[in-house]
Formats: sequence, structure tokens, C-alpha cells
Amino acid sequence: MRLYAVVAAGGFRRYATYRTATAAGVFTNTVFGFILAYTYIALWDARPQLGGYDMAQALAYVWIGQGLLAACAMMGGGFEDELMERIRTGDIAVDLYRPADLQLWWLAGDLGRAAFQLIGRGVVPMLAGALAFDIALPGSAWIWPAFLLSVLLGVVVSFAVRYLVALSAFWLLDGAGATQMAWLLGLFFSGMLLPLPLFPGLLGEVARMLPWSSLLQIPADVYLGKHTGWGLVEAYAFQGGWAVALLLAGRLLQSVATRRVVVQGG
Amino acid sequence: MAETVAVRPGPEGSREPGGSAYFAYEERPRVLEGLRAYGLIVGMWVRSTMAYRASFVMTTFGNLAATAFDFLTIVLMFTHVDALGGYTLPEVALLYGVSATAFGLCDLLLGSMERLGRRVRDGTLDTLLVRPVPVLAQVAADRFALRRIGRILQGLAVLVYALATLDIAWTPLKVAMLPVMVISGAAVFGAVFVAGAAFQFVAQDASQVQSAFTYGGATLLQYPPTIFAKDLVRGVTFVVPLAFVSWLPTLYVLDRDYPLDLPQWVAFLAPVVAVAVGALAGLAWRAALRTYRSTGS
Repeated sequence: MRLYAVVAAGGFRRYATYRTATAAGVFTNTVFGFILAYTYIALWDARPQLGGYDMAQALAYVWIGQGLLAACAMMGGGFEDELMERIRTGDIAVDLYRPADLQLWWLAGDLGRAAFQLIGRGVVPMLAGALAFDIALPGSAWIWPAFLLSVLLGVVVSFAVRYLVALSAFWLLDGAGATQMAWLLGLFFSGMLLPLPLFPGLLGEVARMLPWSSLLQIPADVYLGKHTGWGLVEAYAFQGGWAVALLLAGRLLQSVATRRVVVQGG
Repeated sequence: MAETVAVRPGPEGSREPGGSAYFAYEERPRVLEGLRAYGLIVGMWVRSTMAYRASFVMTTFGNLAATAFDFLTIVLMFTHVDALGGYTLPEVALLYGVSATAFGLCDLLLGSMERLGRRVRDGTLDTLLVRPVPVLAQVAADRFALRRIGRILQGLAVLVYALATLDIAWTPLKVAMLPVMVISGAAVFGAVFVAGAAFQFVAQDASQVQSAFTYGGATLLQYPPTIFAKDLVRGVTFVVPLAFVSWLPTLYVLDRDYPLDLPQWVAFLAPVVAVAVGALAGLAWRAALRTYRSTGS
């Protein structure tokens, strides 16, 4: 356990090193937040209470999304490029030799990264949004820890999906296409572009059942007080269930991959 | 895009004539020289892309799908409302189509400039400086990605849909405005890309700031100007004149009033604005290139 804590701390410090890049990311998140906020204002002006949100809640949703974009690695940018590169070059053989579990190792590093990006990339856009717009704030103090737990589960689901995508490099070698498809689906089905309750009919029902809703829709709903009591437990169970299922799928795929794939190199 | 390549970048040292064959090459005006070099490098990358045809088809489709989600979002919004900021779906589609096509065109031709920050950081820009070819042409053509054509196709598809569904009172001027706004729009975005690249010399790690203006600008222009705060509209009209990409010309075609009380003929300034910002971006690029000091001890 100590080992993984060290790896997580390393992940945190590694991302904390690039301060200019973090500031640039915050700036970009904030600009996008403004653009999105105005489109939502137009939408909720025309249809108040759309999707069960009022205007302040819809605006809060926008800024939660910008705040979580980096932490949940919704547009990629996590560990997956590095892992895929190691698979492609054959360095993965060395990793498999190490006295550490491959999946837990990368999970620890990614949690460290997410922790930094939640603070470094999340707090300032949220504050900017709260200052510039009239956004909904949590009704009571206990919502904050409940929200953070939901975010944590979201990050684990996000990791588990990206781990599966990265493992595809064992077969595809060049995982650029798979990565691109994964973040496109993630961006759309997490509710980043539009809250999932606004998706019509079957598309909406499917979207709400997919793992990506754990990344933004559920944490945002927890923040907005849509899940309380048993509803909150159910939301956690949904996120946790996907996290466990996808992590197990990752282990399964990893064992298949390491058994049948010949490592690249001489 | 001529005006963005028209500037003569490159350090003075790269103009030393070599042998006699080299001399003939140098006699061409720098603009043509730059364009020729750009074409050659692009041709090389296209040939290398075509070595993996299946991969090319898939990534092109991926690029097309990537931007299609943007438009799908707008369509989903319109399942709940009839108008957004007073604009109907076909009208928003026209704004979207113009902005996406112009941006796609620019992204295809100059999108590689985003990578400049990396070259400045690791010092590989040096390689480009010693070649007898304008640096701007080299940076713009670096790793030219033909798959970005997918974005243009998606933009054009939405544009065609908008033109087919809209009931526009066409005049010759409005018809002429269509190609003009797409091309000058691409040039305005091009100027933003070049200026952004110049900025990357100064703030090496901050390449993401550029995305706020390029991708952010493209997203902003997909929605009608009426939904944004007046100050924001002023900013993208007078400071970073992105409004000339789609808002002003498209509103002229649609016979709509621009939220900022500007006369209608301002829409025709789009090419002028494109040339002006292109020249400014070129100056910024020259100044930035002069400040370049390679990495290392």
C-alpha cells in the first residue's frame, strides 16, 4: 500500500511541476465555461426548468463540468498515451517484471494526477464561474464531501475505461484512433456537451446507463442535491459498480494480452 | 491563406546563397518560395499518409465524427426549443457551417503550428532555422495531417443542409458572400494560429491558451451573437475580430441585425480584416522568431 501511496504522490507532484501549463489550462477552461454558460442561459431562458434544473443549477452544471474536465481526463491527457507508448516500444515487458501490480500502479499515478488537477484546474474555473454568474451552491455543508466522493468514483471509472483503451495497443500498436474514439464518446456521454436529462427518449435512457455518466452527470447531480438519502447510495452503487466491472475487465484483458502477445523488440 | 505566408520570416542567416542551382531558387520572391516549399513538404506528408490508407480513412472518419458531436449537441438543444437567441435551427446551422468549414480549412493548412511550443521546448526548431526555406512555411507544413479534411467535410455537410432548408432572398451579392466569408474566415483563423504560434515562443508551456482562441472561437461562432454578453461580442468584433469569420457575413446573408449597431456594409470588410490581421500576425511572428534562443546550456 505504501508503494502505491508513493506512486500517487509522484503523480501529483509530476503534474504540479508544470505551472504555466496549468495556468494556460485554467484560462482555456474558463473561456469555454463562459461560451457554454451563455448558450445554457439562452436555452434556459426559452425553457425554464428544462431537464429539472433551474437557471442557477444549469450554470452550476457548466462550471462543474469545466472544473472536472481535467480531473476526470475527459479529453484524454492522462496516463494512457504513456502506457500505450510503453506497450508499443516493448518497455511493458520490464513493467510486468516489477514487483507491483500493473493496473494498481497506473491507477495510483492517475489518482495523484486527478487530485492535482481537481485543485489546480478545477478550483479557479469554479470560482470564476461563481463570480461571473449566479450559480447554485450546495444547500448544506455535507454535500461537499458527498460530491468529492462521487468525483473520486468518477475518476476511477474514467481510469478503468482509459486502461482498457490503452491495452488495445497490444493488438493495434497505434492506439491513436482508439484514444480519439474513447474521448469523443466520453465527452458526449458524460454530459459535458449537454446534461444527460436533456437527451431525448432512448438515447437519454442509454446515455444515463453508460459508465461515462459517472464522470460528470452523477457528481454534478450530487452537488446539486438531486441525490439524497437512498438515492445517494444508489448513485454511489452505480458508479462503484461500473468502476469494479471495468477494472475487472481491465485485468481480464491484461491477462489475455500478456499471455498471447509477443513483446515488440529484439 | 496567402497573406499569412506572405510575410518573410526566417533569420537573416538562412539567406546565404549556396551553389548556382541554389541561386536560381533564391531569385524567386520569398512569398512564392515559401508557398513552393510548403507545397513540397505537404506533398511529402500526404504521400507518407497514403502509405497507410486504411488508417487514413479511419482517422479522417474519426475527425468527421469528432466535430459531428458538436452539431448533434445543437440539434439536441433544438429538440427542446424552437429558437435559440431568436435563431432557428437552419439559421444556427448556417452559422455553424460557415464557422466549421472556415476553421476546418485553416486547421488543415496551419493546424500543425500548435506543435511549435514543443519544438521550442526541445530545441528541434534549430533544424528548421538552418534550412533555406521560410520557417513559417516549414512550421505550417510540419506533420501535415490530411485527415483534418474530415472536419471540413462535416462543416460543408451542415452548410449544405442549412442552405437547402433556409428560405433566403438571394441576391448576387449574397451569393458572392458565401465563398468570400469561408475563405476570409479561414484567413482570420489563420492569423490567430500564426499569432498563437508567435506567442508560444514567449510562453512555451502555455500552448493551451491558443486553444481558447482557436477552438474556443470556432465554438463561439457556432452560436448566434444574440445570446452572448455585449462585451464579449465587442471583444470578438474589435479586439480579436473573429466576428468577421461568420457572424457579420452570415447575418448579412440572413438579413439579420448585428447586436452591435454596425451598418450592414461592414460585412464586406471581412477580406480586408483578414488581410489586416494576417499582416499583424506576420509581424508578431517575425518579432517572436527573432527572440528565439535555442535550449541548452
